[in-house]
This record gives sequence, C-alpha cells and structure tokens, in this order.
Amino acid sequence: MMWRVGTVVALHDETATARTIALKVPDWPGHIAGQHVDVRLTASDGYSAVRSYSIASAPNAEKRVELTVERLPNGEVSPYLTQELAVGDRLELRGPIGGWFVWRTQQTEPIQLVAGGSGIVPLMAMIRWRASTGSTAPFRLLYSVREPGAVFYRDDLQALSDRDNKVTLTYAYTRVAPKDWSRPPGRIDAALIAQTTWPSNLSPTCYVCGPTSFVESAAGLLTAIGNNPDKIRTERFGPTGDRK
Amino acid sequence: MNSHTYEYEYLDGNAAGGELSNIFTMDVTAAKGQCAHCGATKRFAEAHLYMQAPGVVARCAVCEHVILRFVKGRQRAFLDLSGMTCLILDTSQPQEC
Repeated sequence: MMWRVGTVVALHDETATARTIALKVPDWPGHIAGQHVDVRLTASDGYSAVRSYSIASAPNAEKRVELTVERLPNGEVSPYLTQELAVGDRLELRGPIGGWFVWRTQQTEPIQLVAGGSGIVPLMAMIRWRASTGSTAPFRLLYSVREPGAVFYRDDLQALSDRDNKVTLTYAYTRVAPKDWSRPPGRIDAALIAQTTWPSNLSPTCYVCGPTSFVESAAGLLTAIGNNPDKIRTERFGPTGDRK
Repeated sequence: MNSHTYEYEYLDGNAAGGELSNIFTMDVTAAKGQCAHCGATKRFAEAHLYMQAPGVVARCAVCEHVILRFVKGRQRAFLDLSGMTCLILDTSQPQEC
C-alpha cells in the first residue's frame, strides 16, 4: 500500500492531552468506519517513525480524514502531532487499513460499543457513519474514562444521544465522577455490563477498543453475560505504538 | 502504561495491517488463519501481536503459538508463516484496504 500525503486543514483539542487532526487527502480512496491509518514522520537525517491511529471521521465525499491523537508523556510521535503540527502542514499516511474491526451500514443487528479512554476513536467513526447514513441499527455505547475532562467528542456524543433514533450512551468514570453521579468511580464491572449493555439474547455485535488490559477485561465480562465470543471484535492499543 | 500490565503488552493483528500491505495485495487482517499448533482458525486481526522487537511477531489468540514473524531489513524482508497451516482470504468483499 502506498504512502499518501495529506494536508492539515483543521486542529481541535478534545482534551488537555488529545487533539483531533483533520486532513485533506486528495487521492484518498475512501474508508469504512473502524479502520485505521499508519502515520509516518521522517526526520531530516532520514530516521522515520510509524504509528497507527484510528480514523475518527465517518466516510465522506470530501476526502477528509480525521485522527484523534492522545499525547503520551514519553511518546516519540504523539507530542509532535498534538503540539507542533500546524494547519497547512503535510503528513504522510498509509491506509485505510483493516477489514475486521469495522462496522458496515448493511449491518442492522444491535451494536454494542465499549470504549476505554482513547479507544472511543474508531467507535466514534461508527457512530458518526450511522448518523450520516440514517442507519437505524440500535447502538449502545459504554464509554469508560478516567474523569469528565477526559471525554472526547462530548458535544457530538451528547447531540447524537439526545435526538430520535439515538445512541444510548453510558459513561463510566474510573477515577473522578461528576457530582451526584450515581455510580462511584471505578472500572467497568460485571454489574455495569449487565445493566447497560444489550442483553446477550439479542445477539449484539460488540466492538471493544482500548488499552490491552481494558479490552481483556471488557471482552471477558461481555462473554460472561452470555455473549458469543465470535460476536466480540476487539482492538487493542498499547505503549509500543503511541495509539492503538 | 504501568509496569504491572507488562504481561498484556500485545496488540492485535490489526496493527500489522499496514506493514503486511507491502507484501499482500489483499487485506490480511480479515483473513482467517489456522494455527499449526492447536488448529484454531481465527481472524488474523484477532492474533496477539508483539511489536517490541526488530520485527513483528503474531501469536495464536488461543494457544499463543507463533503464527507469523515479519522482519524488514534494508534491502530485504523476511516473512515466516510456518506457524500457520492455512490462510483463508475473503475474495467476495470489495477491497477496502
């Protein structure tokens, strides 16, 4: 697969440490929700680093690709992408990549999304694509974040969960919850999974994305309430590749 | 990531999709591969991928047997698929990758 060049057309801070980078990629072949791209940075001495980032934007005709990058303290690539990159800069990318961790608009079955931290990114592409195509597939999202300030796409998610044909949204805060929040801060557990995800007898397709340990835990809990492991698709990211 | 989570430091086969696109013309992440050790047939995207090495190592999600090794040098690339007895690619889907 060839490397393509995209131009940064907009930047938007999602949180204190995460930024959405909108790129215009003239020869973009189109993508589907859930796919990722590899981004390559090359230094003047020829040294290059490649990282994978999920696509946050729904497929669109404008050849626009949005990535949301979380800055890692000792990251090699993410500090540049979240702090130095400016509108008008060019970025090399390869993609779209992946034909498994994807949601297609032909899917009409209930969809259970489970995000841990920046694992929301590819799931957001699915939610946005569902909205932009008018799909009525029943969607639920369980979104685990450290604290309220760490939520990505807050306004978009609020808008999509308020309207008709809504996405049912549950936040789970692991460290700090908003005042008057009914559930004390803590990791996703069996009770929360049972209360907020689709009953397994509806045979939902589940998409779980987050850090590896989160994915292991959430997928295990989904299986424990009766979901078929074959209906649980996972995407892990970890310390080896800034994001993903 | 904290050090106590070290044992979990793998990604999934999906993360190798870009590198492997240099070798395969079709999307490998959605392909099914059979593990030569335990016989399980799983999507390559479900394999456990270890990237803390000069190349990438994919292990069976069921038994952790090595199913793929891929190393790139300056002028050459090495691909070891001896841990996979069969790779089944879906030719019905339009190529999205």
